[in-house]
Amino acid sequence: MAKMTMVQALNLALRQEMEKDDSVVVLGEDVGVDGGVFRVTDGLINQFGDQRVLDTPLAESGIVGMSIGMAAYGLKPVCEIQFSGFAYQNFHQIENHAARLRWRSQDRYHVPMVLRAPYGGGVRALEHHSESREAYWAHTPGLKMVIPSGPRNARGLLVSAIRDPDPVIFYEPKALYRAFREDVPEEEEIMAIGEPRCVRQGSDLTMISYGAMMRPTLEAAVELKEKDGVEAEVIDLLTISPLNEKILVESVKKTGRAVVIHEAPRSFGPGAEIVSRLMEKAFYYLEAPIERVTGYDIIIPLFSREKAYLPSVQRIIRSARKVLAA
Amino acid sequence: MPRKKISIPNKIEYLSILNEKSELDKKLDPDISDNLLLKLHRTMLLARKFDERLLSLQRQGRIGTFPPISGQEAAHLGAVAALRPTDWMVPAFRETAAEIWRGRTLESVIIYNNGYNEGAAIPEGRYDLPISVPVGSQILHAVGLGWAAKYRQKDDVAMAFFGDGATSEGDFHEGLNFAAVFQAPVVFVCQNNQWAISIPLAKQTRSKTLAQKALAYGMPGIQVDGNDILAVFAAAREAVERARSGGGPTLIECVTYRLMMHTTADDPKRYRTDKEVEQWKNRDPLPRFQNYLIRKGLLTEDKIAKAEAEVVQEIQEAVDRAEKQMKELGDPVHMFAHLYAAMPPYVEEQKKEFERELAELNKEADHG
Repeated sequence: MAKMTMVQALNLALRQEMEKDDSVVVLGEDVGVDGGVFRVTDGLINQFGDQRVLDTPLAESGIVGMSIGMAAYGLKPVCEIQFSGFAYQNFHQIENHAARLRWRSQDRYHVPMVLRAPYGGGVRALEHHSESREAYWAHTPGLKMVIPSGPRNARGLLVSAIRDPDPVIFYEPKALYRAFREDVPEEEEIMAIGEPRCVRQGSDLTMISYGAMMRPTLEAAVELKEKDGVEAEVIDLLTISPLNEKILVESVKKTGRAVVIHEAPRSFGPGAEIVSRLMEKAFYYLEAPIERVTGYDIIIPLFSREKAYLPSVQRIIRSARKVLAA
Repeated sequence: MPRKKISIPNKIEYLSILNEKSELDKKLDPDISDNLLLKLHRTMLLARKFDERLLSLQRQGRIGTFPPISGQEAAHLGAVAALRPTDWMVPAFRETAAEIWRGRTLESVIIYNNGYNEGAAIPEGRYDLPISVPVGSQILHAVGLGWAAKYRQKDDVAMAFFGDGATSEGDFHEGLNFAAVFQAPVVFVCQNNQWAISIPLAKQTRSKTLAQKALAYGMPGIQVDGNDILAVFAAAREAVERARSGGGPTLIECVTYRLMMHTTADDPKRYRTDKEVEQWKNRDPLPRFQNYLIRKGLLTEDKIAKAEAEVVQEIQEAVDRAEKQMKELGDPVHMFAHLYAAMPPYVEEQKKEFERELAELNKEADHG
């Protein structure tokens, strides 16, 4: 197995799916000659040509609208929106069409497209380049919303997203693009959408997170063990929507305590839905109110202050201790 | 009924006044006062040296990613110089020379590019919007500003800037259409610098010019040599006068070139040749304008050298001021400011929670 960054692992998934299935096409701004501004699509235009890897004019709504048409025809477009902060320009195409063409045509058409976009803070980026607005998409019925947390699951989930018969919004935590490497097998490896994973076993507390926040969450779990002797169970959501609460509920029934961590703003964020599901299905097992450690309900500041905005290991530990003390 | 032909305007004017050899087309001389010519030169020189300094600050890690403007000074400075201070400027993000002309301080540019929101503050009395990163999204704001001025029976004009890539965005087409339908006093200035990151103009549009897109919306369009500050100024002055006198909007396409990278995170060697860049260096707007001013007797080599030393000093002082100010901007609690006129109670609570955590962290740090 080769050690890969998330960028390389995503590139592998795209390359192999394109090799297997000529209906898979890639389109977006600078995805061809430049190989994408983060190089996720690097080399694809050389291997597959400019009819399968389309450098589009600069228009996010155009990219997504055209993808919907391609998908209705039977292709599997994987479009890249250069930064999630520019995806609002294509919001109406997703909300009004991608998410509901199956429903509107009563199953005559469906939209097997993937919208890939880097999201999130932590890389000292420009304004509009650091937001976490996954809740917008998770709120739209008809969409799937996936966020990987490492090279290996990014590859396996992107394969599933490409093969999925319905539209998938695939947010890539750009802070993790080159943050670390993992073994990624050359042979096919698929991870199903809609299956959160327990990545650390524990009996005292359940910590639920996803994307770039998995790293501080796991660090906090280690520190809680070392300093407090607390055994925290950590769950990586991987799919935000459709939210599969099964292992979350099972875990909380076991631990009785939970902390939910995300960098998106708190109010109406994914944490609100997760907490509601736990209240509905595990209320009588809870020993303490559930805590949320999230971005604040403000616009993420420019990069000199972004660290103050993003949930830190210390903030997570503080909330965990509060839940454990109750 | 037979097929018949409908006549539409089918020609676009191209304006060039000062050619690459700094030769003036006397018939087209825009008759700009010596004072204004020298002021434009000084700003162009300052902006160029500032761009070079920003690049070195970025490479030293003293500021973050930023979009260099070198090569495009004439295209945006010449346009904005045709505005009154009370007219509106709606920038994209590659108009630093124009922003300086409008009164933006160099230190605010540094502070913004080093990741502090304070650097985007617009003081009272400056009628500019903050730079806009989402491509083309600002164009419609200029239409709104212009129309509002018209509604209030003021003769203010709004000028919107954007690049060649923005002409592919829906907002561009909506903006031009709205402005024409409402006959809003707007001047649309497209800095066609040939590249939208890695996408060359030929892959952005099949149109022969960008200026011709104006015709579809029923407004005049003109293409100018964007590296000729006299041509840009002349075209902008005409468009501003038309807008101010109730004649509606105009699209000006300034043909220019981005000599540097898209932003400092970009590597242009992946998509364009050095030869192409060299060719455009021969059309650099700054030496072209300088040589003209020397011939005109307004500048000498000595005066230019002196001016260069002065702007370098001015920039150094701005860097010093910015770095001093940034030391005082450390307090992250500022991130809660300016979101609403009145902060909602739960955000106020989050702010207090944040302040408590900050205090605890500081305490831990002191004891650690």
